[in-house]
Amino acid sequence: MSRGPRIAVAVFPGTWSERDFAHVGALLGWEVRLVWHTETDLGSADAVVLPGGFAHGDHLRTGAIARFSPVMRAVTEFAAEGGPVLGSCNGFQILCEAGILPGVLLRNDHLAFRCDWQALRVESAAGTWLEELAAGDVLRLPISHGQGRYYADAATLDELERSGRVVMRYADEAGRVSDEANPNGSLRSIAGIVNERGNVLGMMPHPERASEAEVGGTDGLRLFRSLERWLTAQPAVAERGL
Amino acid sequence: MSIAPPLELHGLTSDEYRLVVAAIGREPNALELGMFGAMWSEHCAYKHSRPLLAGLPTAGERVLVGPGENAGALDIGDGLAVVFKIESHNHPSAVEPYQGAATGVGGIIRDIFTMGARPIALLNSLHFGPLEPNEDPSGSTDAADAARNRYLFDGVVAGIAGYGNCIGIPDVGGELSFDASYNGNPLVNAMCVGLARHEEITLARSAGPGNALMLVGASTGRDGIQGASFASATLGEDREERRPAVQVGDPFLEKLLMEACLELGSSDAVVAMQDLGAAGLTCALSELSARGANGAEVDLDLVPRREPQMSPYEVLLSESQERMLLVVRAGREADVTQVFERYGLHGVTIGRVIAEPVVRASAAGQMVCELPGRALVDDAPRYIPAAEPPLDLATRRAERLDDLACDRPSVATLLELLASPNARSRKPVWRQYDHMNGINTLVDPGAGDAALLRVKGTSRAIALAVDGQGRLGALDPWLAGAAAVVEGALNVACSGARPIGITNCLNFGSPEGPAGYWQLSEAVAGMAEACRELAIPIVSGNVSLYNETANGPILPTPVIGTVGLLEDRSRALPMAWQAGDELWLLGGLGADEGALAGSELAWRRGRFGGTPTIDLAAGRRLVDLLVGLAETGTVAGAHDLSLGGLGVALARLAIASGIGAQVEMPSAAAALPTAALFGERGGRVLVIVAGDHAGRLGAAAADARVMAERLGSAGGGELRITIGAEQLAAGLPRLLEAWSTPF
Repeated sequence: MSRGPRIAVAVFPGTWSERDFAHVGALLGWEVRLVWHTETDLGSADAVVLPGGFAHGDHLRTGAIARFSPVMRAVTEFAAEGGPVLGSCNGFQILCEAGILPGVLLRNDHLAFRCDWQALRVESAAGTWLEELAAGDVLRLPISHGQGRYYADAATLDELERSGRVVMRYADEAGRVSDEANPNGSLRSIAGIVNERGNVLGMMPHPERASEAEVGGTDGLRLFRSLERWLTAQPAVAERGL
Repeated sequence: MSIAPPLELHGLTSDEYRLVVAAIGREPNALELGMFGAMWSEHCAYKHSRPLLAGLPTAGERVLVGPGENAGALDIGDGLAVVFKIESHNHPSAVEPYQGAATGVGGIIRDIFTMGARPIALLNSLHFGPLEPNEDPSGSTDAADAARNRYLFDGVVAGIAGYGNCIGIPDVGGELSFDASYNGNPLVNAMCVGLARHEEITLARSAGPGNALMLVGASTGRDGIQGASFASATLGEDREERRPAVQVGDPFLEKLLMEACLELGSSDAVVAMQDLGAAGLTCALSELSARGANGAEVDLDLVPRREPQMSPYEVLLSESQERMLLVVRAGREADVTQVFERYGLHGVTIGRVIAEPVVRASAAGQMVCELPGRALVDDAPRYIPAAEPPLDLATRRAERLDDLACDRPSVATLLELLASPNARSRKPVWRQYDHMNGINTLVDPGAGDAALLRVKGTSRAIALAVDGQGRLGALDPWLAGAAAVVEGALNVACSGARPIGITNCLNFGSPEGPAGYWQLSEAVAGMAEACRELAIPIVSGNVSLYNETANGPILPTPVIGTVGLLEDRSRALPMAWQAGDELWLLGGLGADEGALAGSELAWRRGRFGGTPTIDLAAGRRLVDLLVGLAETGTVAGAHDLSLGGLGVALARLAIASGIGAQVEMPSAAAALPTAALFGERGGRVLVIVAGDHAGRLGAAAADARVMAERLGSAGGGELRITIGAEQLAAGLPRLLEAWSTPF
């Protein structure tokens, strides 16, 4: 691609990471467009981001109201057509509520909000956002959430594992997964999952907050570089007939 | 003139009632009296503190907006301004800790975006009673007090987290202390810092008769009624019954309000903005008018309400949160409404600016009040009561601490201090706060003496710190006021930043007795003197008096929020060392018994007396030196000595670096080893020197007339300190374990 990727970042009342995604996107040479939740057209976006925050104040349940926002119809279609979608933090919660990803995010088991740098072990490099990663890699990314405890029934969890869709788990800096290294009580220490096609990634950590060395780390860039690589390998939008 | 004041005085005295009558030339009706009661409360009118505050230096070449507006603003170059203020929410937090703290955060955030600045950081200064009875050396905290303190502590931290995390403004630092004087009366001071371009700064002065007064945000309910008067009285046994005076916050709504107001700030449709805080609509209307030398006429029937049957009194004095009053250019109301509607907010025109300088309100077609705005805002009486030091002060200051100063220091004492609630790791607290939102945070909370945030699009960073030492206040309130300024300046200078301005929060007991007023006036005088010496202006602030319970007043606790500017953030100094680095002490050993007065060690030993000292000129020289050392890359790191003195500072650095050190104390330390190792005399900094820069450091210190002494070097897995023939050694795991003691 000669131009930078076009990234649509959905903005809901109460989300805030869109500003951080826009900042990082500008550094990467992306064309970032902030799309207000009442819009129904994602334009000619190459990828979509659902940001962190408290969409609709997290009223009722995280993501429970946001899933009904008009923009989510477009996001659902985009995802169904194989378009790359990243939901981070609140975005992950919204993807689960919208049924685009399985499971749900519950309140942290210790009942408190947790913001910290967190080590993650990459379990599977399946998917659009993970091409530059390899299973066993250890990432260091910020987490910042009060409701990040991934939960699904055993059959769903087994199926996710079997199909390689659990892509990252909470771990210690050496990559060891344990209850001690699990910051929120997520079942099987799950921090991120992808959909069946691998084009939709939901994760509680914030890759956009780890994209510049001076703010503590650049591991988040590896996800964004993966997206760029994947997009470069795709036929142009026009050729895909979208 | 003989006037019989009514029975319900709304917190005013009979004499004040007579002043109201004189100010308006007639007797007020009940509603008007309620408005005066709120506006002339200590909280709104600064009756006891304003004459003192007039002595604070507020001018400086960077000052764009000084005290008197919603927040102060300083120029930081490139057309950018930093806008900041600190404010207390002590009384509400004592009653309902979660909402009290949350609405304190919400209120200070509104002050910043009301100015047209985008908030980028929160800090807080928190002081509680001990969480365990055995953590109170005075023995005045029983199990019930401790349980109440823990409830307040947990609730306040959760409230700060709940509000700040949701609205999406990072909480990047602060301070936390414990002392029995805060039993049942915690201090919750919240500071907010924002960024704006100069031309975006919006003032709260109404202008242009005919312009619309638009009320925006939450509907008006019955919460927080008489909150201003509540905050202006001692906390009594009826504390639980004062719950209705505490407001309830909605950070989601404020997030929408903030985004809408910031969007409108850049539009010429808005002439002025004022948030609704203490005394609600009454305060906003009268302050906007008084500052703009005009008036306001509103129809209370147009105010959206949560509940039916609200009286004009309730509508005018409700402190429902998340509301703003905007002065909108006549004819442009629809433009403003359109922006608010996009965020799902309702903007309602409730009245107009009028030329006549009165605040006039009607309800159900009847005029219900008509008062000169200036009478409400400016005519409150000023009190300058008699001031006398507390009767026992001379005795307490005369206490000798030389036996303690001569004690043999031990590893056990070092570990005890590291593990004390006043020193131990605050990570269990700050990891509940989103401290990274906005991706400007360059230093994790607790990893430096100051928070450090980059200013995107520039090479700059701003350094932020809050400091207040009640224990010094108990022994010398003048010194506590001065020491907070010096410590704040050193905190930011330790990251390489130059202190450019401060905001203050004065937390004291009742000013009505001579001792209380003396403490307040001394602290302000000390603060003013230090500001003049260090050439740092105070641009905003807040006063919280009547912080006392049946058990007495709190320690006099003047709190300072400091903003520092680092022109080139690649020069920022970390609080860490590398193996092989040299460790130097700047500012002298200060090993005398006065160094232990008010120290953590002395208080833990039940030694509450002594005479602390301070040298302001030396503090200024040290600040200047540090900034220069950072600019020239002469030092590789720095850490201000504070609680627990040199011993705790060395241990903190060893823990932060994951590397030990070998330290040989200067020979003068041998005579008073405990004072040398754990004394807390201010104005001292440990600097880290890499490579062969020691010569440059020595020369720069000599030029600056600052004493510099080599202490040792970093390396190995333990901290080893030699004082004369004594040697203390502790491995890093032991230090870390003590410091990581949970709350």
